[in-house]
Amino acid sequence: MAISNDICLRASGVGRSFGGRKVLRDISLEVEKAEIFGLLGPSGAGKTTLVKLLAGIDEASAGHVELLGTKLPKLSMLKRIGYMAQSDALYMELSASENLKFFGKLMGLKGEPLKRRMQHVVDLVGLGEHLRKPVSSYSGGMKRRLSLAIALIHEPEVLILDEPTVGIDPVMRQSIWDELREISAGGATIIVTTHVMDEAEKCHRLGMVRDGRLIAVGTPDGLKQDTGSDTIEQAFLYYGGVRS
Amino acid sequence: MRIRALASRIIRQFIRDKRTMALLIVAPLLVLSLMYLVFDSDDYVPKLGTIDLPDAIVQQLESESVELHRYPDAAEADAALAEQDIDAYLSLDGATPQLKLEGSDPSKNRAVQLLVARTLSDLPMPGAASGAAAAAHVEPAIGYLHGGEDMTAFDSLGPIFIGVFAFFFVFLIAGVSFLKERTSGTLERLLATPLRRWEIVAGYIIGFGVFTGIQAILIATYCIHVLGLMMDGSLGLVLLMTLLLAVTALSFGMLLSTLANTEFQMIQFIPIVIVPQIFFSGLFDLDTMSPWISWLSHIMPLKYGSEALRNIMLRGEGWSGIALDVYVLIGISFLFMAANVLALRKYRKI
Repeated sequence: MAISNDICLRASGVGRSFGGRKVLRDISLEVEKAEIFGLLGPSGAGKTTLVKLLAGIDEASAGHVELLGTKLPKLSMLKRIGYMAQSDALYMELSASENLKFFGKLMGLKGEPLKRRMQHVVDLVGLGEHLRKPVSSYSGGMKRRLSLAIALIHEPEVLILDEPTVGIDPVMRQSIWDELREISAGGATIIVTTHVMDEAEKCHRLGMVRDGRLIAVGTPDGLKQDTGSDTIEQAFLYYGGVRS
Repeated sequence: MRIRALASRIIRQFIRDKRTMALLIVAPLLVLSLMYLVFDSDDYVPKLGTIDLPDAIVQQLESESVELHRYPDAAEADAALAEQDIDAYLSLDGATPQLKLEGSDPSKNRAVQLLVARTLSDLPMPGAASGAAAAAHVEPAIGYLHGGEDMTAFDSLGPIFIGVFAFFFVFLIAGVSFLKERTSGTLERLLATPLRRWEIVAGYIIGFGVFTGIQAILIATYCIHVLGLMMDGSLGLVLLMTLLLAVTALSFGMLLSTLANTEFQMIQFIPIVIVPQIFFSGLFDLDTMSPWISWLSHIMPLKYGSEALRNIMLRGEGWSGIALDVYVLIGISFLFMAANVLALRKYRKI
């Protein structure tokens, strides 16, 4: 099979086990460029493990992951990925701008371009007025937005977000999804995990994960139509029920 | 570039964290000052009881620095001994002097015994030829290769404590800080950037190294210039040794933090890895230990540091006297750093 130019990320037969316990089994999926791909599943389904493999932080025990035609994990590829972890990995003693500057420098930015990017991402997530405050004084939602800004700082071609909207109020969640659509319209690929069904509707395509398996892949409407369901939740129940 | 970003972030974080800063810089100075006050007290004046001693002996005793108490009989003296009013009492059994000690404190025992031995040997022997008596009074002229008459216990142990505290506080702080990087999830976040594993270790060593450097300078100059610790060698070498010990502690603390999951587990390492090192640091005489136990000292980084510090400060040794210790500590540090880079594989394979 020839590698299509439109494929951003391809996982083939990926499995991951921790000390004999299989967390992921035989997952194969393809994510196209500039697509918003959602991974939907309950907590404990293996979403975070999968996302770490796709981000090239962890290595698969079986199968392999290819990003933009390069096999992961590879150090140089990390520069092209923006990763936002499930927990806010921020330095509490430092201000938002110091956190941003630090991660920007690690990504190889400096001087004027770094300043420009910082300004851009801060405007994007709406943290402008709080930039100088120490992160320890931030609310949960502000920390999530800062984490997102950090993931975006180096203009990654692929953005991998693990539960980006947990604990964020509906208004803010709406604005974050608006941003994600904007980023995707700009040509970047976005992979996002969620366990909220209505959020899944906003993705271009969805992968449903349950018990470490990928039980269905398709567009939200397609999945609903195929199962004759009115909601994504019903579709999820359908696929989950058939398999178990 | 990336290492510099990491190091400067650590420095910035550290400056914001006033408590940790105080623990690293103020705490060692405080403890060393206390130690100075505890050790540098005046010489002990023994409290001696006497029963029916000849005037000659009493006069001789009175010329010494001693607190004398007279008792009419042994029963009362024994009672005073039991009450710890006196450290010992001296009586005569015929012509033989008898000394009974309270006995629970070796240093007091020694002080009393020394005093009594000196007093009795100074007594003019009745009936002895005057020439022989004079000969018995010849005292050797005392000279010192190192140290001197004024050297106190604090002078002798001070160099060890400089090493111990530089090591201990840095170990603890480096360990806990690196642990926090893991538990807060920032380590995972760092590993999602193209930062290499060795760059993380190097950044930490440099960032913390700045503060351990400041700490080394402060501890050493404070001990020597403020507390008046005996100093026969070069300050530069003392600083070098203190800094090297701190860097060893830094890499050691980081390494052990990978084996801990919480701050409390980090504290649990203290009795296992820090306390034994203090025992072998020269505080106790290694020559009197059984050989297999004293062999253990060779794997203790602290031993090399404190031995070198003593050689510099008390014996005035130069580079050649401590070069081996320097190389060993550098070697150990690099070993720990390499182990650290390997240990990080647990979080990212590449």
